[in-house]
Amino acid sequence: MKNFVHLFTQLDQTTKTLKKVAALVDYFNEASDTDKLWTIAILSHRKPKRSVRTALLREWSASAANIPFWLFEGSYHIVGDLAETMALMHPNLVSKHDKSLSEWIDFIIDLKDLEEQVTTSSGESLHTKKEKVLWAWNQLDETERFVFNKLMTGGWRVGVSQKLMTRALAKHSGIEENTLSHRLMGNWRAETTTYHQLIVESDPADKISQPYPFYLAYALEGKPEQLGNTDAWIAERKWDGIRGQLIVRENQLFVWSRGEELVTDKFPEFEALTNVLPNGTVIDGEIIAFENGQPLGFNVLQSRIGRKNVSKAILKKAPVLMIAYDLLEINGIDIREKPMHFRRNELEKLVKEGASEKLLISSLVEFGNWEELVKERANSRQHHAEGLMLKHKDGTYKVGRKKGDWWKWKVDPLTIDAVMIYAMRGHGRRANLYTDYTFAVWKDDELVPFTKAYSGLTDKEINEVDAFVKRNTVDRFGPVRSVKPVLVFEIAFEGIARSSRHKSGVALRFPRMFRWRKDKPANEANTLDDLEKLLNLYG
Amino acid sequence: MSLLQFTEKGIFCERANVYIDPWKPVDYAIITHAHADHSRWGNKFYFCHHLSKPIIQYRLGVDIHIESMEYLEVRTINGVEFSFYPAGHIIGSAQIRVAYKGEIWVASGDYKLEDDGFSTPFEPIRCNTFITECTFGLPVFKWQDQKAVFEDINSWWRKNKEEEKVTILTGYSLGKAQRLIQGVDPSIGKIFTHGAIEKTNEIIRKMGVGLNETTYVTPEINKKDFIGALVIAPPSALGNSWQKKFHPFEVGIPSGWMKMRGPRRRRSVDRGFVLSDHADWEGLNTAIKATECERVIVTHGYTNIFSKWLNDQGLETHIEATKFEGELLDETDKSDTA
Repeated sequence: MKNFVHLFTQLDQTTKTLKKVAALVDYFNEASDTDKLWTIAILSHRKPKRSVRTALLREWSASAANIPFWLFEGSYHIVGDLAETMALMHPNLVSKHDKSLSEWIDFIIDLKDLEEQVTTSSGESLHTKKEKVLWAWNQLDETERFVFNKLMTGGWRVGVSQKLMTRALAKHSGIEENTLSHRLMGNWRAETTTYHQLIVESDPADKISQPYPFYLAYALEGKPEQLGNTDAWIAERKWDGIRGQLIVRENQLFVWSRGEELVTDKFPEFEALTNVLPNGTVIDGEIIAFENGQPLGFNVLQSRIGRKNVSKAILKKAPVLMIAYDLLEINGIDIREKPMHFRRNELEKLVKEGASEKLLISSLVEFGNWEELVKERANSRQHHAEGLMLKHKDGTYKVGRKKGDWWKWKVDPLTIDAVMIYAMRGHGRRANLYTDYTFAVWKDDELVPFTKAYSGLTDKEINEVDAFVKRNTVDRFGPVRSVKPVLVFEIAFEGIARSSRHKSGVALRFPRMFRWRKDKPANEANTLDDLEKLLNLYG
Repeated sequence: MSLLQFTEKGIFCERANVYIDPWKPVDYAIITHAHADHSRWGNKFYFCHHLSKPIIQYRLGVDIHIESMEYLEVRTINGVEFSFYPAGHIIGSAQIRVAYKGEIWVASGDYKLEDDGFSTPFEPIRCNTFITECTFGLPVFKWQDQKAVFEDINSWWRKNKEEEKVTILTGYSLGKAQRLIQGVDPSIGKIFTHGAIEKTNEIIRKMGVGLNETTYVTPEINKKDFIGALVIAPPSALGNSWQKKFHPFEVGIPSGWMKMRGPRRRRSVDRGFVLSDHADWEGLNTAIKATECERVIVTHGYTNIFSKWLNDQGLETHIEATKFEGELLDETDKSDTA
């Protein structure tokens, strides 16, 4: 594992992409095929399944460090990362093992079927999860323990995007980047394939469920006139749902989300399309909640996401369909290199022939000049859309986030001035800083909390607010501090809906701090009535 | 009446009518060390250790009324005995022992247990009540020996030198900067300093305390002379135009906060080294035990957690709010006068 830990340390120590890619290439050039495969799996969020409950790990870590459990938990709140807390907490030792990354991962996978901590055995052999984990912690130095814990516990952001990893892998293997991106898509697992099968031999066409890498748009900054002639562009509404790929091959249907998750089971509505669409069809579109000819808010769709079982009641309450806007494969042929107008034309024919109420075409927004489109964008909310998408008629379907042919042009957010009343420490990069805030609006002379927000401030502003929180704490409830209601922030959000799950009765879509209103005293912040008005207009 | 009380102005000894490290102006201030959050403006009279005196005068002006004494000497005020014991935090830093009729209190200011080879090493004092900071009062904070840390720093400097880069290390102008200057291997290359640090160095050298050779960064110095050298600068000098002339460079931050990955990544520097002038978890606990005290008062740091821990150990512990800052991560150099 030494070379992997070295790689991780290098990636963690720099913010420069060139250095990161160089470190990855060096690593790939030296690592064994099995270690390479696991590294690719880890960096593309395909870690082995959790084999030990974290509740147990926390207990074991506290007792190995000889401290009470509450102190472990208190430290964890401040460090903001469980794997790191456990690594730092453990008595300091020098590394005394020479297992490779894959060997350690096998070690972790093998924990799965062991007894948790009760053992009848005696002597040197290790039988339970607890014995094995403690043994491992004693073999590893601090950074190695951190890496080991990360492999064993939840998500791990190494600070390398899949794009960078793919670039490094392309340099190492000599295989072209886009080809590699395609090979790395889908539901492969390091447990069941080899580096050679996945990277070298793999032909995505062999795998009937294999999706294509999504093409992602950048936000349009400034005026649309910079795009040139309106004739070259089409415009569509930008829907607020889940980006998805719908695949029909060999009489089977597969639905992929943008997060590369296979979500076919979550949307049984699409099953009927298996018979409607010809084999060898891949459609890119937006899955949205939709009823009586109208999109429903994202919050309706959200009520379905994350549920294990999609019950009849849910299907009725939150019916979905797909708004199709691109065609990537027709009759088994990859047409991503064809221009947009061609793909769009084929897509229109396909949707028309299919005539399914679960598959709609994304209709074009007509415009003669840019001013007309500015007006169309302004009325996005009336269409329950987030804004517009602009696509070049001659553009190909690209891999990943690329500038040029696709632009998203969101409507300006809604805003409200609110008073900060609670603060909590952040996680990860923002650990040990008060970065997570709760905001309230006035109802008579009472402040009613209505949203949390975590993003939008600069590092410098966060430091200022952090210092304010530490000096103006009124009360503490566990990790939460209530602070003097003094600071006013303009909160921006994309949508607003009534919600029974929130005390205030409203739920905001993507709230964030837009501006720190240092010019405003707290009593000039907005009221609950103001929020109600927005709800009536846009909810 | 308690021998020492926490008031609006600072830690107050009513019987002697003096304050320790007051944060509002008073007539008589006894000072633990020369950092700005412990020796503030506006007091009518200052009393400190010999090695702190010239630094405080430099910071607050030569016209202030100030006296000093040696470690273990005693000054008696209205029957109360005051003496200084080494705190090992920075040069001249002292714990203040306050004794009256057999009752002993110790205000420890900031301290660390490891001998850094520059500050007079920490000495425990038996007392009834111990006033302590707990900036790093969590069991995740464990320091390595500084020898190992300086080996890391030296090999990083050597690597940068091979790559023809300038190595920049940050440190408070008073304390960390001198510890770095003394701790690195001067045979690797030349050591340059930022003005704020060099002025402090001058004062320290004038007191007859030895310090490795340093060169003040002036505009006349040829850019080429910096290649392969080490530059020591206060945190506030980072990110402004002063730094540009060292390009290409690598920046390292030696701080106790670098133990945590979050702060390390947040600063987005090239390297973080875990090196602090404050006690770690083990150090705090060892220091407190060595006092054999019956009562602890924690002033700044993770006070809630640390006081609960001590109370659970059977040691009566209280929290008192002060304006002391401990080791700062994201703010500017606290000992800068500007």
